[in-house]
Amino acid sequence: MLWLGVAYLGALGALFLAAFWTTNEFTGDLVKVFTLDNFRQLLQLPVYRTITARTLGVAVLVTLVDAALALPVAFFMAKVARPGLQRLLVIAVLMPLWASYLVKAYAWRGMLSQSGPLSWLGISPGYGLTGLVVTLAYLWLPYMILPVYAGLQKLPDSLLEASADLGAPALTTFRRVVLPLVFPALVAGSIFTFSLTMGDYIAVKIVGGPTQMLGNVVADNYGVANNLPFAAAYAVVPVLVMLGYLGVVRRTGALENL
Amino acid sequence: MRESGQTPSIRLVDLAKDFGSVRAVAGVDLEIADGEFFSMLGPSGSGKTTVLRMIAGFEPPTRGRIELAGADVTDDPPFARDVNTVFQDYALFPHMSVLENVEYGLRVKKVARAERRRRAVEALETVRLGEHVARRPSQLSGGQRQRVALARALVNRPKVLLLDEPLGALDLKLRREMQIELKQIQREVGITFVFVTHDQEEALTLSDRIAVFNDGRVQQVATPRELYEQPGSAFVAGFVGTSNLLDGPAARAVIGRDGVFSIRPEKIHLDPAADLGGLAGAHTVEGVVREVVYLGSANHYVVELDVPGGSAGASTTLTVLRQNLDTAAEDPAERRGDRVRLAWLPEHVIELGTAAPVSTPTTQESA
Repeated sequence: MLWLGVAYLGALGALFLAAFWTTNEFTGDLVKVFTLDNFRQLLQLPVYRTITARTLGVAVLVTLVDAALALPVAFFMAKVARPGLQRLLVIAVLMPLWASYLVKAYAWRGMLSQSGPLSWLGISPGYGLTGLVVTLAYLWLPYMILPVYAGLQKLPDSLLEASADLGAPALTTFRRVVLPLVFPALVAGSIFTFSLTMGDYIAVKIVGGPTQMLGNVVADNYGVANNLPFAAAYAVVPVLVMLGYLGVVRRTGALENL
Repeated sequence: MRESGQTPSIRLVDLAKDFGSVRAVAGVDLEIADGEFFSMLGPSGSGKTTVLRMIAGFEPPTRGRIELAGADVTDDPPFARDVNTVFQDYALFPHMSVLENVEYGLRVKKVARAERRRRAVEALETVRLGEHVARRPSQLSGGQRQRVALARALVNRPKVLLLDEPLGALDLKLRREMQIELKQIQREVGITFVFVTHDQEEALTLSDRIAVFNDGRVQQVATPRELYEQPGSAFVAGFVGTSNLLDGPAARAVIGRDGVFSIRPEKIHLDPAADLGGLAGAHTVEGVVREVVYLGSANHYVVELDVPGGSAGASTTLTVLRQNLDTAAEDPAERRGDRVRLAWLPEHVIELGTAAPVSTPTTQESA
């Protein structure tokens, strides 16, 4: 427990501390003097504001796409499929998680390429934002399906029957009974899809074309530009966003669904 | 007694349901009159709940037809049928208040806000639940939830109300109270009630007529009194009340002829020395008290008879019920092992046919 605390909070603390340092422009050495320059840069330079906004936008979009895909899939698994098929589907949903992230990202690179399978169907989004959203939505989909599936399993069938019995067609039942009751599970799933998208920096390199995301700016600053303090400062942004999001989410009771 | 030529509220024609290779309902024909309190009684797995769920539209029948007020609704979805259900687990929506739960049916049918509020309050008053309307179902007691479920169904003014063991989850005292209220409410609103239960006492208390189910078939349809006094089969005699079967050699020895007979426990006199004069022509038999069950207001005596066994070969026992008025002075346990004499009037012997007491599918429609 102590070890976990040191390893986890220590790393976060170091990150937070480094965010207030800077580097010597000539030698590239760390200058351990307190400064707000990094944050000033983040807020003032339009390019960083744009990248932050784009990253948030992609995270929201990926979350919405996953929610829209997960609801019918999870509903079929929890309420329509027989027990045998249900187990099979759970395995099918989990299976992609056993494969390497890189393999899946490159698989989508192939799918999205000019002469890839998608182009045979007449769709060619190419490499860019669309391709990125599609790829990330695919990568994080299991993290949305599983909590929604668990939430729907907890929903008694008799509630759906009662709604139909009282005169509600299927869509009304979905809107008035299923959606409100499964909402905490959706939010639980969104914590994964949202935070994983915010932190991603590999998929964007593979399928994002020229697109810059928060994650790869951090990675480039650290690895290429050797500007650890700036990378740290920028990495604080998603942490703050997620803390804010969790604060909102806590009120919906979704955290009990994790 | 209700063959008035009017269209029945519900008519089931040769209704059957298979779940995979399991035959849950094996061809049921029933007619339920308008405004009737009709019970479907049977052990668990007898098909009564499946029949109810087919009437509601939750299960498509494998075969047969369902008519509501003369119209064929066999293929209609639940929301298109003019019936409402009170579920065994109440199925109240946990994210809505009591009032919102009751309003739900009217809301999805787009009834104006003021109108549905008025009717919901009215329905809640009908079930004697005027307060707590802003609470969530989780904040209510079992009995209160039961009332909300009832109000939620009644507010839609359905032609038929289907009740799936609605009192099953309540404790005995509350259950008795709700039985009386349920009967009163049914008289007030005048809606046909179809009530599923495995509790024979509950069925006898509430119903105008009862259908006894066994193995996916209707064994007998009759009024509570007919069912108890003239059960149509050994199964019905055993399920509704205590069967006290006499058959095989035991029947020959006690009744004097072959057949399957039943005598209700309260019709049997124990040691009738004092008033034997009033029992001229009675059947008498001697035996030993094997067990005494103290029930408070009455005692049950299980008496093993001094006669050859029944068709199954085992010894024959009869259960005798005696009121506390007659037994208050004696210690029930001390009578165990006593030799006693039993007597009953021939007219209290129920003849269940001459066959062995197997559950024969007598789909007998008594009207």
